[in-house]
Amino acid sequence: MLEQTVQIISNERDTDSYFRLVLRAPEIAPLIQPGQFAHVRILPMKDALLRRPFSIFQATGDAFSILYKTVGKGTEVLSRMRAGQEVSAIAPLGHGFTVPKAGGETPLLVAGGYGMAAMFLLAQRSPQKGIVFVGGRRRVDILCEQEFAAIGWEVRAMTEDGSHGEKGLVTHPLIAELQKRLPDRKVFACGPTPMLKAVGKIAEDFNVPAELSMDEHMCCGVGTCLTCVIPVKAGDSWEYQRTCTEGPVFDSREIVWEAAK
Amino acid sequence: MQNPVTVASGTFGYGAEYAQIIDVNLLGAVTVKGIRLNPVLGNATPRTAEVTGGMLNAIGLQGPGVDGFIKKYWPFLKGLKVPTIINIWGTTVEEYAEVARRFDALGGVGALELNVSCPNIKEGGAQFGTDCKLLAQVVAACRKVTTLPLITKMSPNVPSIAPFAKAAENEGSDALAVTNSFPAMAIDIHTRKPKLANITGGLTGPAIKPIAVKLVWEAAQAVKIPIIGMGGIQNADDAVEFLMAGATAVAVGTANFYEPQTALQVIAGIRDFMAQKKIADVREITGSVLAKK
Repeated sequence: MLEQTVQIISNERDTDSYFRLVLRAPEIAPLIQPGQFAHVRILPMKDALLRRPFSIFQATGDAFSILYKTVGKGTEVLSRMRAGQEVSAIAPLGHGFTVPKAGGETPLLVAGGYGMAAMFLLAQRSPQKGIVFVGGRRRVDILCEQEFAAIGWEVRAMTEDGSHGEKGLVTHPLIAELQKRLPDRKVFACGPTPMLKAVGKIAEDFNVPAELSMDEHMCCGVGTCLTCVIPVKAGDSWEYQRTCTEGPVFDSREIVWEAAK
Repeated sequence: MQNPVTVASGTFGYGAEYAQIIDVNLLGAVTVKGIRLNPVLGNATPRTAEVTGGMLNAIGLQGPGVDGFIKKYWPFLKGLKVPTIINIWGTTVEEYAEVARRFDALGGVGALELNVSCPNIKEGGAQFGTDCKLLAQVVAACRKVTTLPLITKMSPNVPSIAPFAKAAENEGSDALAVTNSFPAMAIDIHTRKPKLANITGGLTGPAIKPIAVKLVWEAAQAVKIPIIGMGGIQNADDAVEFLMAGATAVAVGTANFYEPQTALQVIAGIRDFMAQKKIADVREITGSVLAKK
C-alpha cells in the first residue's frame, strides 16, 4: 500500500458513460494483484471530500488503469480531467482473487458490467485459460471484450435487451456450463450485489468453489472507518468484516447473505 | 506529547492500519477507536454518507472488546514511541469503571478518553454526556480506579457546554476533548430512504469546524484543565484556530479518511506558523484569541 500523487496519462471515453483512466504510477503498478483496488482522491473536488474506490483494470510497466462509469459527482468530475492532471491514489488495496495454480482449476469468470474490468488481471495471470461470462443491460454495458479475446479467453456475452451476444441474464450460460459437470472448475465473480448473490447460490448448488468481489459503499479504504462491512461467518455465528481489507474478494461460502441489511 | 497533535477516536482505527503510509511515531499521540468491555457488532449498513463539506457516520462503535483489543492491537501500540490514548465506553457507570480498571492494570497506556458523547448507539455514549449528573458519575467512577490521565470527550448536543465541562473537571478529569460529532440526517430523494441504516448519524468534517471552535472557546472559559480541540481540522490554519480558541492540543478526525497525511501536515504547519509569527512555545498560542467578553 502506497499513497502517491500520480499523473493522468489518458482519460478517454470507452462506451456511453464508461471511461478508461490510465495513471502513471511506477511504484504502485508492480505491486498490484488481481482483484485489488485503488482509492482515488479527485483533487479538483472541493466540497465532496472522500476518496473513491476503483477496481484496477490493467497494470503494465509503470502504469495502471481503471475502467469506470460516471455514476455521481465524483466520477463526473473525474471524467472531465485530462492527461497531465494529477490525482492522489492509495493503492494497491484489499485482498484480491486467488490466482489459479498451473494445472489447477479452470477459472469461470462471471462479470456484470464494468465488473469485467476488475477480473482482467486475474484472466491475464491465470496459467489456465477459462471462460468469461459477461452480462449487461445493453450493448454499451459490455466492456473490454477485445482485451479478454486478445489473451485467448472465450467471452460469452449476454444482454438484457439482446442488443449484443445472447438475450438474457449472465447466470443462464453459467448454469448451462456448470451442468456439464466438468471437474476442477472455480467461479470468480464481480458485479452488482444481486448478481453476486445469485452466482454464489449457483456455485453452491453445483458444489463448485466461488470467489466474489463485493461492491460496498466505502469511506477510508484502509480498514479504519468500518463503513464497508459485510456479514461473514465466524464460528457458529457471524461478524462484520471489512470489504476494503479482508475483501473485496471473499469465498462465497463465508458470506452470510441472510444477515445483510 | 512531543507535539500537540493527535487523531480523533474512530478515524484512525487502532494505529496499525495507517502505519504503512504514515510514520505514526511522528504524532503527538495515537487515539484509538472506542472500546467497551465486550465485543460490539456495530450498526447495519450503510454506515456512512458523504455530505457537502463532511460526512455522516453511524458505525455503532463496532469493536473487539477489552480482551480482543489487548490481544490483537495492543502489541503494535505498545511498541510505538508515542503515547496511546484509549477511548473507552460502557452502557453503565460500572462498565466505564471496569474498562478503566482493566486498562489501568494493563500498564503502558498513555491516557483514557471517556466517550460520553457517541450519538449512534442506543445505550451508553451520549446518554452520559448530555446529563450532567451521569457525566459526573462516570468521571468519578473512573477516577476512583485509575491514576491514568482521564480525558472526557464532551458532547456538543447540550444547551451550554460550560456546566458539563465544570462537572468533568470537578470529578477529576485531567483534560477535555471538545467535541464529538453532531446529530444529523441525510435522505436519498430518489428512494426516499435515509442515507444511513441507523436513520440518523453524526456529522463531522469541515462543515462543523466553526461550531466546534465556539464550543472549545466556551469550554476554555469554564475550566482550567487543558482541552483537546477537534472538529473538521484539515490543515494547520484550522488547528491554530482551535489553539487560539483555548485548546492546548488538537485532533485530526475525518480528514484522515481522505488524506492520511493531514495530521503530519498539521504538525509541520504549526511549526511554520510559529516560526513566521516568532512564537517560541506552542502554549503561547492557547487561548490567545483577542475576544473580550
